[in-house]
Amino acid sequence: MSRSLLAPSLLTLGLLAALPAFAQSHAGHDMTAPSPPADATPAAAADVDHSKMDHSKMDHGAMDHSTMDHGAMDHAAMGHGTPAPTEPREPIPVPTDADRAAAFPPIAHGAMEHAPEINSLLLIDRLEHWDGKNGNGQAWEATGWIGGNINRLWLRTDGERSNGRTESSAVEVLYGRSVSPWWDVLVGVRQDFRPADSRTWAAVGIQGLAPYKFESSATLYMGSGGQVLAKAEVEYDVLLTNRLILQPLLEATVAAKDEPEYGIGRGLNKVEAGLRLRYEFNRRFAPYIGISHERSFGDSADYAGDHARDTRWVAGVRMWF
Amino acid sequence: MSTRIPPGPGAVPMPSRRLFVQGIAAGGVVAGIAAAGIPQRALAAASAAPRLASAPAIISDTRVELAIGESLANFTGRTRPAITVNGSLPAPILRWREGQTVDLFVRNTLGQHPTSIHWHGILLPANMDGVPGLSFNGIGPGETYHYHFDLKQSGTYWYHSHSLFQEQAGLYGALIIDPAEPAPYRHDREHVIMLSDWTDMDPGALFRRMKKLAEHDNYYKRTLPDFLRDARRDGWSAALSDRGMWGRMRMTPSDISDINAHTYTYLMNGTAPAGNWTGLFRSGEKVLLRFINGASMTYFDVRIPGLKMTVVAADGQYIHPVSIDEFRIAPAETYDVLVEPTGQDAFTIFCQDMGRTGYAAGTLAVRHGLQAPIPARDPRPLLTMSDMGHDMGGGHGGHDMAAMKGMEGGCGANMGHGAHGGGETASKAPKHPASERNNPLVDMQSSATEPKLDDPGIGLRDNGRQVLTYGAMRSLFEDPDGREPGREVELHLTGHMEKFSWSFDGIPFASAEPLRLNYGERMRIVLVNDTMMQHPIHLHGVWSDLENAQGEFQVRKHTIDMPPGTRRTYRVRADALGRWAYHCHLLYHMEAGMMREVRIEE
Repeated sequence: MSRSLLAPSLLTLGLLAALPAFAQSHAGHDMTAPSPPADATPAAAADVDHSKMDHSKMDHGAMDHSTMDHGAMDHAAMGHGTPAPTEPREPIPVPTDADRAAAFPPIAHGAMEHAPEINSLLLIDRLEHWDGKNGNGQAWEATGWIGGNINRLWLRTDGERSNGRTESSAVEVLYGRSVSPWWDVLVGVRQDFRPADSRTWAAVGIQGLAPYKFESSATLYMGSGGQVLAKAEVEYDVLLTNRLILQPLLEATVAAKDEPEYGIGRGLNKVEAGLRLRYEFNRRFAPYIGISHERSFGDSADYAGDHARDTRWVAGVRMWF
Repeated sequence: MSTRIPPGPGAVPMPSRRLFVQGIAAGGVVAGIAAAGIPQRALAAASAAPRLASAPAIISDTRVELAIGESLANFTGRTRPAITVNGSLPAPILRWREGQTVDLFVRNTLGQHPTSIHWHGILLPANMDGVPGLSFNGIGPGETYHYHFDLKQSGTYWYHSHSLFQEQAGLYGALIIDPAEPAPYRHDREHVIMLSDWTDMDPGALFRRMKKLAEHDNYYKRTLPDFLRDARRDGWSAALSDRGMWGRMRMTPSDISDINAHTYTYLMNGTAPAGNWTGLFRSGEKVLLRFINGASMTYFDVRIPGLKMTVVAADGQYIHPVSIDEFRIAPAETYDVLVEPTGQDAFTIFCQDMGRTGYAAGTLAVRHGLQAPIPARDPRPLLTMSDMGHDMGGGHGGHDMAAMKGMEGGCGANMGHGAHGGGETASKAPKHPASERNNPLVDMQSSATEPKLDDPGIGLRDNGRQVLTYGAMRSLFEDPDGREPGREVELHLTGHMEKFSWSFDGIPFASAEPLRLNYGERMRIVLVNDTMMQHPIHLHGVWSDLENAQGEFQVRKHTIDMPPGTRRTYRVRADALGRWAYHCHLLYHMEAGMMREVRIEE
């Protein structure tokens, strides 16, 4: 059992320190290069000599083996306690030029069709209406990828509307590479369109399936003005039945700098805990209901005012394509 | 061919799950419409009086034209496109005699896609083997390929497309070669039983779905109520430790097959269970049943309640007769089975899938229209750690065994196996190839593996029936080559369940070097299954002579089944020059990378 080096604790803010080490341990490990061809070791020279020595003179090709009825031979009487023969019981035919031609016909490049190497997924994890103490609105979160088994282009988007106004909305485009069976390292950009003027961030992170099947991600965002945000998210599926699934979710954001104009306070800034109960009518379509609690801390709470704590009922749909 | 107009596509309701499993009685192939020149657009609107195609034609000419084309099929209430040979699904039964030379003119009438036919298990020159890119260039639209080869063997074989997913779409058929010498058994009558899996989906879309969500069909995961039940029964610590083991691996023990009856309808001779394919017998007759598993992704567990079966051949080759109640047949395997039905007018041939999600079924009867009861499916099995070669002995024993109690049927079955493990060689901790290390495409490695030749397999242990095992089969002949293998090549079956990536030694086909064999050599292939899935491994061109646990010749096959947690060895006599395909015969595993080229060179 190969196990990831990553314990879930890495998902906390030790991320920054951990990333370089992580990348390093896999540096120089080129997945596309085949392993040394241990398979291709030529047979012992002695074997090759044998086949050359005897067969040409023996002309097995002319023997009529079909009449020999090996099955009827009394093998019990043959004394098999003796070492195995060095010559095959059924002689190896001597190849003719016609045999060689038939064995290695010219093959056009691309004659073999292959299943697509590039695949994709678009998961709309949450598309919901919410109702809280300070109003109501809509929210979404979606993830998509396109690519191969190792290298993928990731798209993420999330956003929220409140009382008819778009409060936040962002799109991320990231290059992701699998560095272990369960973890991808991601590098890319995030574009915020709200809350204030649009803002661009450089993003670096990891995501994957932690032991015990916690769907996890942690991302560092480095924005203009020296702001650094760290965001971590963990999801888990509790199967009440194979179609009725309870999904607890925890999301936390930490900021390096105080930015009142963006409503961001230094330190732990926002925590969101959700519990969503979905029913998978089929795998691709699952409506859900749930509850979500959001709380701001420190200065962020002050900036948020009435919105510092909010508990919302949500109803939405999860889909993938 | 039908002249009636079927309802439009929107008129047919989504089939219910029950309908899906059992199919429809009147299902079958709507043959020949495409071939008759009706344009594709008309096809969609055209209808079908879906006619039962219970038996494909039998062709015994040695000079034959086979036309590969598109037909319509309806097994679930929905009319879908299928790929057929001469308009039949399964393809025609080819019936020849050992010693004959055959000339097959395979014409591609598909219109757009290249095609191919591979003659599975037949010894022939490499350019007749039908693998595009290795044996030839494939058969382009409108082209005809002339296959020409001598029949140097006898027995039950089959043929299928080797082009992308065409096999899944219906391109498979039986190939029977009568022996030149009389068979070592007597029979009065015979039937070909071709098992397969059908999906209404476009097979390419099904592959893409596997890449998006490989666990799509696993509706059998353990739930919170299951956990509470286990905790009550076995204690909290046992239940937690069991969930913990699986949780750390990020796997689920109910992952028996990637694709099951949530996607497939299982067919017997091209007939869904509701269609009740029927083979006739007269009481007291010895009936030879030629079982062929032509499914793309499905293992079947076959039994005929009320009848003992005597297995007389495996993969076309005679074995010492074995009397059994049930056998598991991997995709691409064939078994010849003798039965002597008497005392009843009808017997059900019941073929449940390994995951117990559905079944193919038909009837042996004294006349058409009869049916015996269809048995209930067995309880669904769960994989255990020992199934996957995770060591149960030594210091970890107590821990694992405590956990094992939480698994339905797992504990007793595995302990039983461990008990007769004494006769086999001791578990060897395998040495994993360097290419598996730190490889994102390898989600698991087994830590202890043995051949497990006497193990009936997951879901078949201690079920009160005599189940065929590899250990019970011995070829009727001695090792036809006789030499000791001059060298050994070890390959590990690897994969990543969630990425749906499959490979040998962690290297998918696209980036793998050919495995080179020297012409004339006798060598040994050692396979170690590092995945939690079962894989039937097929080497083209030459036989795979399975060895017993002591490394001696045991049974000649063309497809070696590799349950999880096994290490099995077989001998290969490299007596066929050329480039040969070597792959897992689960079609979607092959296409996802579990394939190599084997090159036999002078």
